[in-house]
Amino acid sequence: MLVIKDLHAKIDDKEILRGINLEVKPGEVHAIMGPNGSGKSTLSSVLAGNDKFEVNEGSVTFNDKDLLDLAPEDRAREGVFLSFQYPVEIPGVSMVNFMRTAVNEHRKYRNETPYSASEFLKLMREKKSLVEIDSNLTNRSVNEGFSGGEKKKNEIFQMAMLEPKLAILDETDSGLDIDALRVVANGVNKLKSPDRATIVITHYQRLLDHIVPDFVHVLYKGRIVKSAGKELAHELEEKGYDWIKKEFED
Amino acid sequence: MAEDQDKILEEVTGGEYKYGFYSDIEMEEFPKGLNEDIVRMISAKKNEPEFMLEFRLKAFRHWQTMEQPNWAHLKIPPIDFQDIIYFAVPKKKPELESMDDVDPELKATFDKLGIPLDEQKVLAGVAVDAVIDSVSVKTTFKETLAEKGIIFCSISEAVQEYPDLIKKYLGSVVPHQDNYFAALNAAVFSDGSFVYIPKGVRCPMELSTYFRINAINTGQFERTLIVADDDSYVSYLEGCTAPMRDENQLHAAIVEVIAMDRAEVKYSTVQNWYPGNKEGKGGIYNFVTKRGICKGDYSKIMWTQVETGSAITWKYPSCILQGDHSVGEFYSVAVTNNYQQADTGTKMIHLGKNTRSLIVSKGISAGKSQNSYRGLVKVSKKAENARNFSQCDSLLLGDKCGAHTFPYLETANSTAMVEHEATTSKIGEDQIFYCNQRGLNTEQAVGLIVNGYVKEVINQLPMEFAVEAQKLLEISLEGSVG
Repeated sequence: MLVIKDLHAKIDDKEILRGINLEVKPGEVHAIMGPNGSGKSTLSSVLAGNDKFEVNEGSVTFNDKDLLDLAPEDRAREGVFLSFQYPVEIPGVSMVNFMRTAVNEHRKYRNETPYSASEFLKLMREKKSLVEIDSNLTNRSVNEGFSGGEKKKNEIFQMAMLEPKLAILDETDSGLDIDALRVVANGVNKLKSPDRATIVITHYQRLLDHIVPDFVHVLYKGRIVKSAGKELAHELEEKGYDWIKKEFED
Repeated sequence: MAEDQDKILEEVTGGEYKYGFYSDIEMEEFPKGLNEDIVRMISAKKNEPEFMLEFRLKAFRHWQTMEQPNWAHLKIPPIDFQDIIYFAVPKKKPELESMDDVDPELKATFDKLGIPLDEQKVLAGVAVDAVIDSVSVKTTFKETLAEKGIIFCSISEAVQEYPDLIKKYLGSVVPHQDNYFAALNAAVFSDGSFVYIPKGVRCPMELSTYFRINAINTGQFERTLIVADDDSYVSYLEGCTAPMRDENQLHAAIVEVIAMDRAEVKYSTVQNWYPGNKEGKGGIYNFVTKRGICKGDYSKIMWTQVETGSAITWKYPSCILQGDHSVGEFYSVAVTNNYQQADTGTKMIHLGKNTRSLIVSKGISAGKSQNSYRGLVKVSKKAENARNFSQCDSLLLGDKCGAHTFPYLETANSTAMVEHEATTSKIGEDQIFYCNQRGLNTEQAVGLIVNGYVKEVINQLPMEFAVEAQKLLEISLEGSVG
């Protein structure tokens, strides 16, 4: 599904990603962990197409398409979803209007007819109960005045609406209390299917108790320095990142 | 939402707006320049009674003593007032053979706005095969109004038919001494609309929605007078979302509104005159004086404006709150792009007791444009318990444009409560990227964000106008980001 080869990316001439290699197959859950500043969020931004970052080497293919060649909106329409670490507020734009535009853009891209208002509202009700999001959140403007937890739940709700093939969760657990964490994790688990994949980017093991990864990768200084099964997350939780740092100090 | 809006737009434009307008008055030109003879000629041409000639001459003589104001945050190229032809004879536009001859850019804009083909032809000056019969429609419309005693006609007609009302009210809210452009307008105004709503009557339709096209020939010095008698209500719409090109560069209109006891007047404007090209060449200079007086107790005047056009806009729709408990409201969206300049806002003059005013101004600047809000809230000594709330927001697209806010507050009564809030924000790249990541392209993202930003104002417009105004905003800002 997703094949990343020797990916290098920089911002303002500072190289952040220094040769990432990763393959994600349908149905898999990959966790990417690592200390602050190791390039985790940069990786998610580059995959989503944020032009603040410049890719200077390497390739990314997504379902046999050159992902780096696509505009951000086309990456989204191809099925790449990013749950933002810091979702932005868009005052005055209702969630309903925003999501309806988004869902229908995806449908148009796939040559499907756009949803009518009633079809759309029905879909929205279904997904709302699936991810246990409060009704009044979707009646408000996009993220406006939402608490940190509400914003993250709203990301998962949008993911449920758009049914992406690849979901990238960028530190979705940061700033969440235990209840919100459970809601977010349940949402992600309910959306799991054999043809969809998830990349979970996180600092901590605790989210991975709820969303159990098939693979855990450690990102350090812009490279994946260690990959293993879910037990690696526990090891990191126990020992911290210092031993990794020592082992891979340049 | 977008689909619903398309549907509404289709219904609205495909339904009522299919009537054209055709004028076969012969071309007639006065000599260039302005002097007393020209003023007399205009008055004579229109066969006006003596009092109107006096009205015009007084204004002209006063205008000669005045100088063009320069306090606005505008760079106005010198205007040669002797190089203008003052009698705005309804000129026939050069007729084109078919839609194929129309500027493709203009055609594309029409299509985006969803303007029906017949109407596109009229707007673009294409010869219309059959003269579409607007007379019969106009007649039915007038009959409905006449049944209720409502007068809605051109100001020239009103001068002839209702001289007493004209004598009493014309120039009573905006006297010719008011400002340079008001004096000029009073001397040479060509035509405009007159509305009178009798006591206790609620006007059953939005006035002038229907005559969308009639704005074409109203000329450069337009004059509108609206009188709402006790307990009456009227909603009046001015302007047009379609891009209006006009060879007259200078426009100086006056609108006067009078609301008697418990009367309510809603005045909505969508203005989209030619703003000049991307290098800032050409474009209309729009100097407008709009003012309403809440003469009666519990009366209300509401101005709503969406301004996207003109090279220069100088415009401050105002309310004089004379009656006790009277209310003035001002909702504005002003968009400037490329080299456009706008200095616009309002004045709320509180004279009566318990008067209230609300100002919601949303400026959007893009390109290399300059957008200023200028507003005065004045509370006089006798205006006990006056309340005002002002909200002035500016949105910047890009880093070469400017937004400025000039609020003036003058309170002479200690019971007054005046609040002013202002914000300036930029459309963030992160907002656009967020929308991109959900599958919206950048143009859709900007449209959505901007329409979210102006929602409070757009909501005040009558629905069919609101839908067009939203599209207009998107079109006006096309290509300004990314």
